[in-house]
Amino acid sequence: MTSLVELRGARASLGGREVLTGVDMTLERGEIVTIVGPNGSGKSTLMRLIIGAVPLQGGSLTRAPGLRIGYVPQKLQIDPTLPLSVRRFLSLPARVSDAAAAEALEHAGGTGLEQRQMADLSGGQFQRVLLARALLTRPDLLILDEATQGLDQPGSARFYRLIEQLRQELGCGVLMVSHELHVVMAASDRVLCLNGHVCCEGAPEHVASAPEYRALFGSGTQGALALYRHQHDHDHGVACDHDHDHGHAHHDHHDHGSHSDA
Amino acid sequence: MTTGMRITTTTTMEATPMLDDFLVRAALAGLGVGLAAAPLGCLVVWRRMAYFGDATAHAAILGVALSLAFDMSIFTGVLVIALSMAMLVSTLSGKGYAMDTLLGVMAHSAIAFGLVAVSFVSGVRIDLMAYLFGDILAVGKTDLLVIWGGAAMVLVLLVWRWQALLTATLSPDLARASGINPERERLVLTLALALVVAVAIKVVGTLLIAAMLLIPAAAARPFARTPEAMALIAAVFGGVSALGGLQASLWFDTPTGPSVVCLAALIFLGASFIDLLRRGLSAQAK
Repeated sequence: MTSLVELRGARASLGGREVLTGVDMTLERGEIVTIVGPNGSGKSTLMRLIIGAVPLQGGSLTRAPGLRIGYVPQKLQIDPTLPLSVRRFLSLPARVSDAAAAEALEHAGGTGLEQRQMADLSGGQFQRVLLARALLTRPDLLILDEATQGLDQPGSARFYRLIEQLRQELGCGVLMVSHELHVVMAASDRVLCLNGHVCCEGAPEHVASAPEYRALFGSGTQGALALYRHQHDHDHGVACDHDHDHGHAHHDHHDHGSHSDA
Repeated sequence: MTTGMRITTTTTMEATPMLDDFLVRAALAGLGVGLAAAPLGCLVVWRRMAYFGDATAHAAILGVALSLAFDMSIFTGVLVIALSMAMLVSTLSGKGYAMDTLLGVMAHSAIAFGLVAVSFVSGVRIDLMAYLFGDILAVGKTDLLVIWGGAAMVLVLLVWRWQALLTATLSPDLARASGINPERERLVLTLALALVVAVAIKVVGTLLIAAMLLIPAAAARPFARTPEAMALIAAVFGGVSALGGLQASLWFDTPTGPSVVCLAALIFLGASFIDLLRRGLSAQAK
């Protein structure tokens, strides 16, 4: 079985600054991968690279032939001058039947929202509608960029349980970015730590037991550090590229106190 | 600008008796522009491109100068210049310039350069007012053909690309993920805008084209729950403004183009008032 998406040494820039400096990663059908990393580490750029909104400037990006992507953006600012019912939104860009729309809404946990205006939805409802729209393309790969922004903790926990459930029902791969590592972890098969390139990746349990994971709240940099330290401390089953060129923030903190207990 | 003067200019062709009446031609011309401009105007409003429409429309006067200098039809000259201006603005906005300032600069310099250029060009004395505020009562059969041809092209273009345009309007990334190129949709919009400017110059003039884009769309907003409904209602408002404005200009002996825009503005006022009233009521109900 071929990978859904495969990146080799992928490079990309944002406003003249090279944000991704050589990313290697693969995404397989049916797996949930979460990307974590400090602010400005290129998480969103990586997502946008995969959907084709950012040009590849080096390396390679291979998508499975005919790959259908369902994309749930970080935020969707709908201009107040644009009247848009949920039902109409679900028919973009391809028109879908009422039955299909209702089914997608049900899947995403937004049953009965059809006639509401997008502008009137609560944060949680809005995310569910975005998700429903992504599901309508019957995606091979579901991409969620900070999909739980604006949800409270129980809300985002429910949202991620829903994603996990959808993966089982649809068999699609899921790639998501989140700051909320503590909520995401239960649902992820693999966590990737990104900082211009993939510094670490591994099963989330190792991250889950890290005492520092709470530091993720409020500051992305702290969070990624916590993850990084942790994986250095407990090197079981986690692939970290120690010999990689660590010319970034992680390295500066590499020798700090966190290793004393190792 | 009295209506009496205009009648003499429009009594040449014979074929269809109905179109011999300058008022019928004026009505049809106004209707054509109103119907095409309004749905496009919705997209302009949703995408916050109001100034963009202004700059493109104002550049049209430069197109008039070009047409006179090279002895082209006004439509061709205006279309070329409007398209160039729209492309220029579109490209610059893609490069992340401070757009509101830049567009303001371009809109006004375009009209100033246009007026200067026109004054250079002609030994012929031309009625600048006709290009600035339109000359709907002087619309001939050829003009009518151009107007309805252009309006039809705009509508076909919009209907054809509607889904993609809407998706790209919502979010370029969302469009990309669905395999739609937002750059191409912006180009479609740019082309449609240039076409509308080229056909509308005769009817409302360069200064008021943007008004025909924006005002009916803005007036339609409170009554619509879907984008299509808003485009339709805007088209109705645009058509009503064109016909009613024409009628009003006859009653009150006022310039026609501005009368059309005045009526559109009154409709907008009425719509806003109804919206306010409705909101007030629903707030009370809660």
